[in-house]
Amino acid sequence: MEHAISLFVRSIFADNMIFAYFLGMCSYLAVSKNVKTSAGLGVAVTFVLLVTLPINYLLQVYVLGPNCLVEGVDLSYLSFIIFIAVIAAIVQIVEMVVERYSPSLYASLGIFLPLIAVNCAIMGCSLFMQQRVGLDATDPKAITSIGDSLMYALGSGIGWLMAICCLAGIREKMEYNDVPKPLQGLGITFITVGLMAMAFMCFSGINI
Amino acid sequence: MALSQKTKETLLGPLSANNPVIVQILGICSALAVTVQLKPALVMSIAVTIIVAMSNVVISLIRNTIPMRIRIIVQLVVVAALVTLVSEVLKAFAYDVAVQLSVYIGLIITNCILMGRLEAFAMSNGVWDSFLDGLGNGLGYGIILVIVAFFRELLGSGTLMGFQVIPQWCYEHGYVNNGMMMMPAMALILVGCIIWVHRSVSDKK
Repeated sequence: MEHAISLFVRSIFADNMIFAYFLGMCSYLAVSKNVKTSAGLGVAVTFVLLVTLPINYLLQVYVLGPNCLVEGVDLSYLSFIIFIAVIAAIVQIVEMVVERYSPSLYASLGIFLPLIAVNCAIMGCSLFMQQRVGLDATDPKAITSIGDSLMYALGSGIGWLMAICCLAGIREKMEYNDVPKPLQGLGITFITVGLMAMAFMCFSGINI
Repeated sequence: MALSQKTKETLLGPLSANNPVIVQILGICSALAVTVQLKPALVMSIAVTIIVAMSNVVISLIRNTIPMRIRIIVQLVVVAALVTLVSEVLKAFAYDVAVQLSVYIGLIITNCILMGRLEAFAMSNGVWDSFLDGLGNGLGYGIILVIVAFFRELLGSGTLMGFQVIPQWCYEHGYVNNGMMMMPAMALILVGCIIWVHRSVSDKK
């Protein structure tokens, strides 16, 4: 239990998807113009993470790992294709559900909903999980059960949601600032994210 | 070989005016994460260039047989197969770089440059044009990676490609490496500055 909580908190702050690993940057920068849309995308990403990561964990442990299906065969080189296929399928389902029940959210997310499939945060989370499965059980980063993988997915998703909402809030305020013309828009957004990442660096030393 | 105007534009446009990283804002994730040193950044750019060009060719070849509804999954599978190949080759011939790049090689699959080019170009253009487009975009991506990595490695650890560049006497007279440059935050700020310079130059034209 302690291990799961520590994993959860670490993945929100110390191992934040955006500020520590730059995962999911493309949609992060493009969608964060207002808080409401950002929150919608953040929730969608968290949800897709929560569904895909446990599935990929089970696949990794029972199918892809060494000596799982056939004795002496290591299928882990297939993991890229398997993981991305699972993610693409889940995203397709989420897209249909959102289109049916929340047309306004669907309209405001636009092209970025299908693009969650290629959001690096989702794929990155699965690949980090694959690395962490092999770690020693005493390592605070190790993922040893399906509960751990759920906690890791939830933490990463919430970390991403928090990061995009923070940036959207800052960008809404920044509309009124007097920024040099060539720096307006993207340039200043990058520098803002850089400064936020610097602030988040102070979490990297925490030990729980 | 004389290139027609259109071919030239397809190949050279992405280098500056239509750069995938700083103008179209695609593929930022890996651009920032692998640029602590020059060597992984170079390997990464080469890998991405090859994969973009090859996947453009493959998708362009089969573009008329892909059903519209499932095209994203088809594209992903093609890209994933190519990335698996590249990753196995890297593990075999450049193991230390492969370890340094860790998950970011796998993340080429979800690199937005690939999906963006496949959707926007390869699905509606011929094979040769798609190949050039992929090559151009890969190189445009590589240029930014190399520029960022150059500054981060030079200022952060005083080396280039692993060789000591800043002489010892500088350190003896009190020069100190800027540790900030090794942190992820500085990559973002550097890219911000590159965008700044690029825009102010291209606005004046």
